[in-house]
Amino acid sequence: MKKNYVSQFIGFTFLRFCVFIVIGILLIILWDVFSKGACAISWEFLTKAPTNGMTKGGIFPAIVGTFFVTVITAALSIPLGMGCAIFLNEYAKDTKITRLIRMSIRNLSGVPSIVYGLFGVVLFVQILNLSTSMLAAGMTLGLMTLPWTITASEEALKSIPNSYREGSLALGATKWQAIRTNVLPYSIPGMLTGVILGLSRAAGETAPILFTGAAFFLPFLPKSLSDQFMALPYHLYIMATQHHDIEGVRPLAYGTALVLITFVFGMNIFSVVLRYQLRKIKKE
Amino acid sequence: MRRVKDKMIHGLFFLNGIFVVAILLGIFSLLVFTAFPAFKEINILDFLTGSIWNPDAYLEPSYGIVPMLVSTFMVTLGALVVAIPIGIGAAAYLSDVASPRVREVTKPIIEILAGIPSVVIGFLGIVLVGPFIAKVFGLSNGLNAINGSILLAVMALPTIISMSEDALTSVPSNYEQASLALGATKWQTVIKVKIPAALSGIIAACMLGMGRAVGETMTVLMATGCAPAMPKGFLDSVRTMTSTIAIELGEVAYNSTHYYALFAVGLVLFIITFIINMTSDIILHKYEKVHR
Repeated sequence: MKKNYVSQFIGFTFLRFCVFIVIGILLIILWDVFSKGACAISWEFLTKAPTNGMTKGGIFPAIVGTFFVTVITAALSIPLGMGCAIFLNEYAKDTKITRLIRMSIRNLSGVPSIVYGLFGVVLFVQILNLSTSMLAAGMTLGLMTLPWTITASEEALKSIPNSYREGSLALGATKWQAIRTNVLPYSIPGMLTGVILGLSRAAGETAPILFTGAAFFLPFLPKSLSDQFMALPYHLYIMATQHHDIEGVRPLAYGTALVLITFVFGMNIFSVVLRYQLRKIKKE
Repeated sequence: MRRVKDKMIHGLFFLNGIFVVAILLGIFSLLVFTAFPAFKEINILDFLTGSIWNPDAYLEPSYGIVPMLVSTFMVTLGALVVAIPIGIGAAAYLSDVASPRVREVTKPIIEILAGIPSVVIGFLGIVLVGPFIAKVFGLSNGLNAINGSILLAVMALPTIISMSEDALTSVPSNYEQASLALGATKWQTVIKVKIPAALSGIIAACMLGMGRAVGETMTVLMATGCAPAMPKGFLDSVRTMTSTIAIELGEVAYNSTHYYALFAVGLVLFIITFIINMTSDIILHKYEKVHR
């Protein structure tokens, strides 16, 4: 009997150790980036363009580029994703087509990001003739985030009790009226939280924008959707591997990594705060 | 009138749903159509079995994808060897050992880990993991298959942990209670009852983690050195399918044989990840049925 408890102790210690490793990995990542990136951060770093062959100056164009591309991504991904989720949760019955749609969503979320990049090059850059531009990159990212947006939106719709829909239908509303007045207002906070989480992952992606619009270096900000742009993740990639003075620009690379992580986490925190605020408004 | 409008809205949402299927088919067919011209000049057997990838050779360019298949396989295998035991261990801890409070704290931590951009992890592979590996093995630099494996393990861990944990928590509680009532310890119950009962879910989780590792680009591009030759061991630099596309697509002219060949690599990559994801999906569904 005692032997059993000794083995249990050893076993649980191993399991605990596994969790410690995972937490340790995260702490090492955050500690390294924050401790070495913090000294690169200054007002100048955040508001100036790179100068002297990207050995000095800041990353302002990259911040702006990533921000606008994320907006384009959202503009494509949110309406299409929510629409698809509404279809699946509100209208669709369990038919072959519905199952095919669900299967496609699961598979799309497993398609490697670089394959989305290839797809974007052929469809947006070549066939639709958008050239390598902010629009092409944003739309590529938009398609990539679509499965995440759908899944998150559907989760939110599922959490609305059926009585909400039935009450409205019983009063003579059409299906769409019931959805618009009694389902969507209550599910929007949950939808947005999940969607912003997906967008934050898109903001950190590099592979899909490598060939669809991200630029190595631009001395000016993009003026229209058909311009190329600098992006934070691509800038970090260049500073870490492609720069002629890699060791010399290490602090700048760390600074970029810190800003990128802060950008991504900032969006996560924003989504949590947004949900909290929207819930409060609804209760009043 | 109201009916007609409602029907139309229904139709719009239906089209929206079909659009998703169209994207998947679109990705596949565009890859096929763009890859196809490559095989006018390259023998498809040479492409699939050739062991030299040298499209820039002046006299006779060769397009053999075996070195990148081997590279991809190596880093993925290495990643799974690291990630599966740690992932399942952590999942078992969270579902069966941890107190609710510890679980509440740990779950967001794993989500944060999943949210770190791959390019940042690749960067840390260069500045942290690389020098460490170089020191341990006495190499001049640490950009090799092991480095890629470690980073891919970090990227696959959140997927494996959260899905395995879901599988473990959805095991009916009477399994656990029956085992404990027969006098088994909690540890014996976890190892001999819960993990076997959740095995198909756990396998599906590992397959999904594997799919992520195979398709991951930036970390392997930055941290494995990317020498195009056939790798001889884990301390060699490797160049996976994803990093080959990432390195070369920016340099080739549109609609050249080399360009088409890179799409052919992309097609192979798409098919491999598709098979992995479908297998994971099928396993998961079988498992859901068993438990209903």
